[in-house]
Amino acid sequence: MNEMNEVRKPPVATTGIIGWLRINLFFNWTNSLITLFVIYCLYQFIPWILDWTIFSADFKYNYLGEQITNQEMCSRNLDPENGGACWAVIYVRFYQFIYGFYPKVEVWRVNLAYVMLAFALLPLLYAKLPYRKYFLYFTYIFPVIAYFLLNGGLGFTEVSTNKWGGLLVTLVLGCTGIALAFPIGIMLALGRRSKLPVISMMCTLFIEFIRGVPLITLLFFGMVMLPLFLPEGIDMDGLVRVLVAVTLFQSAYMAEVIRGGLQAIPPGQYEAAKSLGMSYWRMNLLIILPQAIRISIPPIVNTSIGLFKDTTLVIIVGILDLLGIGRGTLADTNWLGLSYEIYFFVSLVFFIFTFGMSRYSLYLEKKLKTGINMGAD
Amino acid sequence: MKKLLSIFAVVAFAFSAHAGTLDDVKNRGFLKCGVTTGLAGFAAPDDSGEWAGLDADMCRAVAVAVFGDRSKVEFITTTGKSRFPTLASGEVDMLARNTTWTISRDVNLGFEFVGVNFYDGQGFMVPSALGVSSATELDGATVCIQTGTTTELNLADFFRLNGISYEALPIETNDEGKENLFAGRCDVYTTDASGLSSTRAAASNPDKWVVLPEIISKEPLGPLVRHGDHQWGDVVRWSLNAMIIAEELGITSENVDAQMSSNVPEVLRLLGVEGNYGEMLELSNDWAYQIIKQIGNYSESYEANVGPDTPLEIARGLNALWTQGGILYAPPFR
Repeated sequence: MNEMNEVRKPPVATTGIIGWLRINLFFNWTNSLITLFVIYCLYQFIPWILDWTIFSADFKYNYLGEQITNQEMCSRNLDPENGGACWAVIYVRFYQFIYGFYPKVEVWRVNLAYVMLAFALLPLLYAKLPYRKYFLYFTYIFPVIAYFLLNGGLGFTEVSTNKWGGLLVTLVLGCTGIALAFPIGIMLALGRRSKLPVISMMCTLFIEFIRGVPLITLLFFGMVMLPLFLPEGIDMDGLVRVLVAVTLFQSAYMAEVIRGGLQAIPPGQYEAAKSLGMSYWRMNLLIILPQAIRISIPPIVNTSIGLFKDTTLVIIVGILDLLGIGRGTLADTNWLGLSYEIYFFVSLVFFIFTFGMSRYSLYLEKKLKTGINMGAD
Repeated sequence: MKKLLSIFAVVAFAFSAHAGTLDDVKNRGFLKCGVTTGLAGFAAPDDSGEWAGLDADMCRAVAVAVFGDRSKVEFITTTGKSRFPTLASGEVDMLARNTTWTISRDVNLGFEFVGVNFYDGQGFMVPSALGVSSATELDGATVCIQTGTTTELNLADFFRLNGISYEALPIETNDEGKENLFAGRCDVYTTDASGLSSTRAAASNPDKWVVLPEIISKEPLGPLVRHGDHQWGDVVRWSLNAMIIAEELGITSENVDAQMSSNVPEVLRLLGVEGNYGEMLELSNDWAYQIIKQIGNYSESYEANVGPDTPLEIARGLNALWTQGGILYAPPFR
């Protein structure tokens, strides 16, 4: 009987690399077949994509050692058998992709704004930052600084927004849209659940109207109709008009996401807060919203990523964002036909940002343990 | 209420639009010119971020006429959908956005086309291996065609008139058409001839493709301004005409200074040595001289942007002067 009590090691076949492979990749014959098929596809695809993007690609010079200044000088156009991607177009146009048509002498202002943006985001993203409180003050005043820095005023020369472009426009639209939509969305969500009929009706009407029309329509409305409603002489900037449209659109979606979170809070939480004598605002700020927002993190990030990608639609109102600059480059007779390189680069940039956002949300979820049911039931 | 407001706004705008665009432009200190978001040879940003192309030159010519300075222009990018509202609302002073002159745009939308800076038309592109030399030999071919465009109707008309059949492969964008043609999914790609040229230039081996000689539709592309401001319309019209007349008279950006002492009366009138034509337009008297000096004549602009030496390789064709077999014709300068 003694040997029965001995601790028996698990069978070899379920531990180590072999065990992992067996369980995850070759569990049964369909599994094995799919694994083999995927390996075959990767084997076909990965060497080719690596070769095209890196090993055979031109970065600045072609295979003859000349610096590339137009598409005819790309290795693959000189000799179709020789050469992969022609990244020289990105190299030559890098400035435009990042800053648009921003004047070169003033570009330090954009760079400074990019650096300051990183510092402004830091205390928001990382709660354990030392001196976080002081950093947060900076975050609050950052939009004002960024406005004067990018647009001009306070001694800076004015740079009209139609000189902005590329990543600058994409980030301005994405950041402003997401940042403004959050508070507006919270107010709309609370408003829609309000017991005061006028407020709830107005919020519902707003949300349903905005959600009922596509972003393109809103952009057009902002671009074409908005100036007609403004009094004579007030000239609203094109980018501002688009920002208004994007923010309205995003707030409506944000409101619905947060409303979903609010509905998931058990009534006991409201009752407990009220029984402590809390006012409506104190109850929402201290008890309800922190919980509601915590469980809404995945959909909040979801709509934010959606908005970040939707900013490419501004091309239809004639604003050249990152993708727009890419298309403009394709129309330059010097760079005709390099669409693979340009679209690859643009999607890579978008991927870096959106993937970063989604990884950050995973980190937040883990940290705040949103997966765990929050008591009270 | 909203409707009332908008009607009121439109009426208010209609009155304010007559204020005089030329004065507005002069007061502002630069011209606002609507261009495409990027079309090869017509308007696209170059590596240094400067807009270049036939339409961009048109904008610069007007800026030169008004200010004597080719840099006094702000390019506003517009799309096919946003171009007309942008012009109507006064956000741009003029459009040079390869826009086809049609009766409905000229009359119904309330714009004024001041001339034609490029005569385009729908054409066909086929692989040279097909061995076809005329579009009438395309019986039974598969044609890549953008849906919902006038090109679709033109195509149907052309094949019916010639009593031949075709199979349409509907596509959405120019890129899609290009990929389908290069992959051999269709035998023929049809769109505007200038578009075909840029598609061909983008091919890895342009010699494998030919653009057939038949042009089956009229697409006169030109700059346009708002209705009702004839003074401004005249400035834009004559900026274009000055470039065409300069070519007729053989004045180029290089020999323009020598031409100042020419003995041809029309040259002297154009360059402002004689007469007061600048004053009539409320411009300086050397406005045309500056256009030719800083931008060049029509031929110089054409050759630099879309001509046979560029990747687009568009022959002058209809865009040659009327004296050289084309239909480019400017009223006399007197």
